[in-house]
Amino acid sequence: METVNPNSAFLSNFEVMQILQQLKDNTQKKHKREGSLATVTYETVRYLQDTECQHQSSDCIKKFLESVKSFNLTKLEKLMMVNTPPRTELEIQLIVQESEERLSEDEVKQIIGLVNEFFPQSSS
Amino acid sequence: MFVLSEMKDVIRVTPDHFHQSLSESISTLLNRKLANKVVLNIGLCIALFDITHIGHSFIFPGDGSSHTEVKFRYIVFRPIVEEILIGKIRSCSRDGVHVTMGFFDDILIPVNALQHPSRFDEADQAWVWEYPKEDGEKHDLFMDSGESIRFRVTSEAFEEILPTGPPGSECTTQNTAPYRLIGSINEPGLGLLTWWEAPDQDEGQDDDDDDDGEENVE
Repeated sequence: METVNPNSAFLSNFEVMQILQQLKDNTQKKHKREGSLATVTYETVRYLQDTECQHQSSDCIKKFLESVKSFNLTKLEKLMMVNTPPRTELEIQLIVQESEERLSEDEVKQIIGLVNEFFPQSSS
Repeated sequence: MFVLSEMKDVIRVTPDHFHQSLSESISTLLNRKLANKVVLNIGLCIALFDITHIGHSFIFPGDGSSHTEVKFRYIVFRPIVEEILIGKIRSCSRDGVHVTMGFFDDILIPVNALQHPSRFDEADQAWVWEYPKEDGEKHDLFMDSGESIRFRVTSEAFEEILPTGPPGSECTTQNTAPYRLIGSINEPGLGLLTWWEAPDQDEGQDDDDDDDGEENVE
């Protein structure tokens, strides 16, 4: 076996969740379960179910990414914001490197506002 | 956290799969080969994403199987160094805090990367962050197993695992993990999620607390 490109694209938690859920439904239909695949999909889905991607949709992620374009964030920072939406200034400081220099206080507030708009916190 | 890896392989499709379509049997065999396994310097393989190219199939003398060259993309768990992840505490030991993601267990937060100052509580077998209060006293914050924890990935290590001997023979079965992550929580905002839920910050700055008041709703 050979690896052509170890990192050809990033996947958000939401995308992985969707693919795995589909896979789970398909294998259940055929009554055939491959041991290790079943284990890893079950465990991964169980982990992802507890994360925010449970309440996300491709639409709101797209709109969110569109709206944060102006902040000059890196791809990885945006990915982390989708996977673990920051709701406090502290969380933005963790995700964005040297956030104090790159983002003004107003911009940080704007990002938190956008996060709350597109990924509303579930009440439970 | 998850990435797509492009890979290339020659898949041997045994005759008992010939009733299926070629792409179907290839995806079954690829998942059987890779799912839930660590590939050296790639990461933990989760599931097949898609097959991008199926080459010609060959039959070799003396083997009834068909051998097909395929290019495919696989979903791989490979957090980027510096990424922030949320996991659960599996256990605490003298070495540090062991964290699990549910599907991946080999994450360690070593002692020197815990919040400072921390001590190990022998009675409870848990690490405790001795959070200093303004009046000079300290507030003990326990890190019990099962709690959600936010950490930063600081390094990763792959290790080549040799095949183990046949079952029964006790010939030096090595028990090292093929892929390990080292994390840290020694920054404000990292650690148990419950530590940072309260609106007041530890810096002692007079932030206006009203705008993050909603966060206490749990």
